[in-house]
Amino acid sequence: MGGEAIPQEFWRWPETNWVNQDIDWKEGKVITAGLDVGSVSTQAVVMVDGELYAYGNTRTGSDSPTSAWTGMNFALEKTDLKVENIDYCIGTGYGRVNVPMAQQSITEISCHARGANFMYGPEVRTVMDMGGQDCKAINVDERGKVLNFVMNDKCAAGTGRGMEVFADLIRVPVWEIGPRSFRIQKEPPTISSTCVVFAKSEVLGLLESGMPENDIMAAYCSAMAHRIMDLLNRLGVKEKFVITGGIAKNEGVVKRLDKELGIKTAERVWYAKEYIDRGYPFDTQLAGGIGAALFGQALLKMGKAKSARKA
Amino acid sequence: MMIVAGIDIGGKNAHIVIKKDGQILGKAAGPTGIKKAEAVEELYDEALKKAGLSRKDVERVVATGSAATRATFANGFIPDAAADARGVIKAVPTAKTVIDVGAEEGRAIKIGADGRVLDFAINEKCAAGTGTFVEAMSRALEVSVDEMAKITLQSSQTLSMNAQCAVFGESEVVSLIHQKTSKPDIARAVMNAIAGRIGSIARIVGLEKEVVMVGGMAKNAGFVDSLKKELQMDVIVPEDPGYIGALGAAEAALAGVMAEEVKAKVVEKETVTEGKA
Repeated sequence: MGGEAIPQEFWRWPETNWVNQDIDWKEGKVITAGLDVGSVSTQAVVMVDGELYAYGNTRTGSDSPTSAWTGMNFALEKTDLKVENIDYCIGTGYGRVNVPMAQQSITEISCHARGANFMYGPEVRTVMDMGGQDCKAINVDERGKVLNFVMNDKCAAGTGRGMEVFADLIRVPVWEIGPRSFRIQKEPPTISSTCVVFAKSEVLGLLESGMPENDIMAAYCSAMAHRIMDLLNRLGVKEKFVITGGIAKNEGVVKRLDKELGIKTAERVWYAKEYIDRGYPFDTQLAGGIGAALFGQALLKMGKAKSARKA
Repeated sequence: MMIVAGIDIGGKNAHIVIKKDGQILGKAAGPTGIKKAEAVEELYDEALKKAGLSRKDVERVVATGSAATRATFANGFIPDAAADARGVIKAVPTAKTVIDVGAEEGRAIKIGADGRVLDFAINEKCAAGTGTFVEAMSRALEVSVDEMAKITLQSSQTLSMNAQCAVFGESEVVSLIHQKTSKPDIARAVMNAIAGRIGSIARIVGLEKEVVMVGGMAKNAGFVDSLKKELQMDVIVPEDPGYIGALGAAEAALAGVMAEEVKAKVVEKETVTEGKA
């Protein structure tokens, strides 16, 4: 270990932003934004005529308005687009009612369902959004409309926050946990405590007993997969099954979940072939923001909202 | 005349009582750390020394607690709930309900006049509703657990916490601090939250007075106050509540009960919400 920029904060995943060089926003008709202010991360997504134009993915700060601005400024950092040029902005996520530049808010369940439909395609039937402080499994139709859902927002086990706590405890950067959890001789028994606090004591005990770190990571990923299964069993999973949110990037959890589920989680690639061909980055944390921006497009198109564009 | 020892080894601490019939000859308590077996051996010798005895003078040793088996020298083992019941009825003969909140679990026991367990519910799966929650929150508040207990009683307004999870609770406490909420009010909100969880466990076995509280959290005056308000009943805290389990184990040893079975209703928090579009 070592060599990380901030070695004390192992949970700190890299913040990213991106601009689509194939789009000139000035030629676009409708510019919408989705701001997904979650409990742990915030994403600002800007879409021009329904195509991904720019995004910023940042850590949520001390309050929602500040986090929304940080995300938006980060998304627009390398563009000459200003917030005043945006026709309509929708807030979503935990802090959705406190997004200063938004004209409206929509629940993250609707937005993740809609965003997953855009990212993974119309065949998606079950979306699992694994957020920072909650986890939702949503059944959707071919338009990305929510049919029904189950949610855990009461317990940190099975959420991104639980994984971050574990990363800090074992002192391994959070994005290394997945890959390292496969560098093992044999799959270890899973961490038996459900509660993150009790799992911490259990992990400390395992570390002291001399169990290899990679094995402990495998045991934790498997506990997480197991926890998510409880939720999925309640809902009934249908293929195409996709995962959005940060944990979707953790293969250690996803592959173990696939094994328990007996089906394969869809690969993390764009449904739109041109997005793949052009090499647009695919970030599972964007689903909520993309869904919100798309709702903005739809509302304007249907005349259910008026452009708030100032410049 | 029989000399016995009762050993209670919990998640964090061990308590030992050496008894000769009705009389306590020696006591010892302390944290067990990671090497629990060694720590317990040392505490046992300390208690014996205080009693002016050696190991061979002790006829029966009964151990209890989540780590009871670490007392390798014990010749009997009883569950914590059984030890609590036997210990409480000795300390408070009119007791009907026992509430025991320790570092890693919370339980409620309905007891008979003979000190037997009639009904028993436990949460051992979730840190919210245990002493560990208070410890985590005291760290977030940057006060000691003792200090937190004290300032709880100085609170002037009742806030309720949204978080039902110790991990999320920590973030909530941090944001309350950012909002300049006073530490006493935050401490009270934390104690009320745990009291709420414990209250719902207690209602499973049925609340009947006298209600006696034991375990590490019994020493937390702030929590006991919140619990009284939650239950709308008086809660008796016996002297030296931490020793109740060890005392109960010693009582079992005196009665020749070297094993006992109790059936628990395991309480699990419902964490799933279902919804339709």
